[in-house]
Amino acid sequence: MLRAEHLDVFYGGIHALKDVSINIPQGKIVTLIGANGAGKSSTLRAISGLIRKTGKVFLGGEDISSATPEAITAGGLVLVPEGRKIFPHLTVYENLMLGAYVRNDKAGVNETRDWVYDLFPRLRERAWQKGGTLSGGEQQMLALGRALMSRPGVIMMDEPSLGLAPLLVREVFEIISTINAEGVTLLLVEQNAFAALRVAHYAYVLEVGRIVLEGTGAELLADSRVREAYLGG
Amino acid sequence: MSAERKKLLSVAALSLMALFLWWAQGHLDGYKIQILNLVAINIILALSLNLIYGFTGLFSLGHAGFMAVGAYVSSLLILPAAQKETIFLLEPLVWPLSVLQAPFFVAVLAGGVAAALFGLLISLPVLRLGGDYLGIATLGFAEIVRVVANNLPGITNGALGLKGIPHYANIWWNYGWCLFTLYFIVRIVNSNFGNVLKAIRDDETAARAMGIDVLRCKVISFALGAFFAGVGGALLASLLTTIDPKMFLFLLTFNVLMIVVAGGLGSISGTVIAGVVITVLLEWLRFVENPIDFGPIHIPGIPGMRMVIFSLALLFIILFRREGIMGMREITWDGLACACRRGGKDRG
Repeated sequence: MLRAEHLDVFYGGIHALKDVSINIPQGKIVTLIGANGAGKSSTLRAISGLIRKTGKVFLGGEDISSATPEAITAGGLVLVPEGRKIFPHLTVYENLMLGAYVRNDKAGVNETRDWVYDLFPRLRERAWQKGGTLSGGEQQMLALGRALMSRPGVIMMDEPSLGLAPLLVREVFEIISTINAEGVTLLLVEQNAFAALRVAHYAYVLEVGRIVLEGTGAELLADSRVREAYLGG
Repeated sequence: MSAERKKLLSVAALSLMALFLWWAQGHLDGYKIQILNLVAINIILALSLNLIYGFTGLFSLGHAGFMAVGAYVSSLLILPAAQKETIFLLEPLVWPLSVLQAPFFVAVLAGGVAAALFGLLISLPVLRLGGDYLGIATLGFAEIVRVVANNLPGITNGALGLKGIPHYANIWWNYGWCLFTLYFIVRIVNSNFGNVLKAIRDDETAARAMGIDVLRCKVISFALGAFFAGVGGALLASLLTTIDPKMFLFLLTFNVLMIVVAGGLGSISGTVIAGVVITVLLEWLRFVENPIDFGPIHIPGIPGMRMVIFSLALLFIILFRREGIMGMREITWDGLACACRRGGKDRG
């Protein structure tokens, strides 16, 4: 579904991504784990066209390597940025409607909104509240719901569990599984390796800009090197 | 409240306003009418800056530049040919401008369009910048306009400025344009495009991730703001009947910025309220520049004292009520009805 080949990213003289290739099959959850500064967010930003890169990106067989971020979103690949980044001064409803910015079919958008409200009943209750007044967990729901509004084939999430209480982290990962069950393909970037590997079908480990390890979630959970580096032995 | 009833209330409020203006024209002296006119123009200017800064989050300090473009273009179109010949002493006015004439409405519109075009022209390089850098760049462009105006005697009459501009900008023109600006900007802000602008202000990265063409939307907002700033400048020129490059110093931008910040970034009601209050205060506070006697203490008149007071006031607003008079809230008929009902209940 989504394939990145030989991505290289430079920030000035710093070689941030070195020959990164990942493949996200249709309907799967793939996760990218690694320490701070390993290049996880850079990978997502490079794929979504927000930063300059060399290498190729294919979405459903189509080459999107040099497409603008706007065109990529319209093409069905949405990024949920790190730190949720909802629009705090707009209502929940307006936030969701902006998620559907690239769509023109009014009836379809209303249908998707009802679907999102069914997925997250809390958002329906708070539809007329300002986004900034929601709790951290609710904001994450809103960020995800907003991404879903464009009916994307693939969602990329940057650290969805960042800054959330453990109970909420569990809730977020349950939501991720639910969305995946609805047929959405997900690329998940996480520091919380344990939680991410448990939901993921396939995983890559990034270290200083290079992919050092890959395998199914279960394989990596059992891998001694992963356990040592990310799961506390 | 039904839409029908809201419309009725709006019409009633407008009629009241018109009645007041009609009364004012007959009963107030020239000085007070001048202040009323300035209120309308300042509201136009502040609304346009609020669209750029308050709703789109672009910290722009170029308002004096847009106003200058609007003022010069419109003034050159309404100056009678004979007047043009007498005032252009340094160099005669260049050809098409020396004979070009337009009715006042068209001239003001042309001033706005010229300012919008200028806004478009500078937006492509400067809107790639963000935050404070944008402020500095736009400030620079406003200065460039002023310096160019000073050094193009064949078009702007250089430092001598334009004199004897016909005084067409009466209360009805000014409040008419003010009303149009208000209506237009309210419509924009409440539209889907308005939500897009607010989204860009709140979080640019997220807006891009939604598939919004951020640069294009910023350019449109910037040019629309510049248009109304040009209109404000054009009206001001006709109201004062004389303009010169020194008039368009940073202080002019500062006054508009003060209204926007005091009223509340992102609040139209706040801008209107602050536009009235600050314009009136700017005049009323002139007394502090006169010598004052507090019993035995004698304070000599200090020119510029009211700007000190205003700077202090701005400082206090930013320290203690950063969101301004209204924050991001608006006064609506629904809100007023709600407040009335609550007030009634308290009494009963």
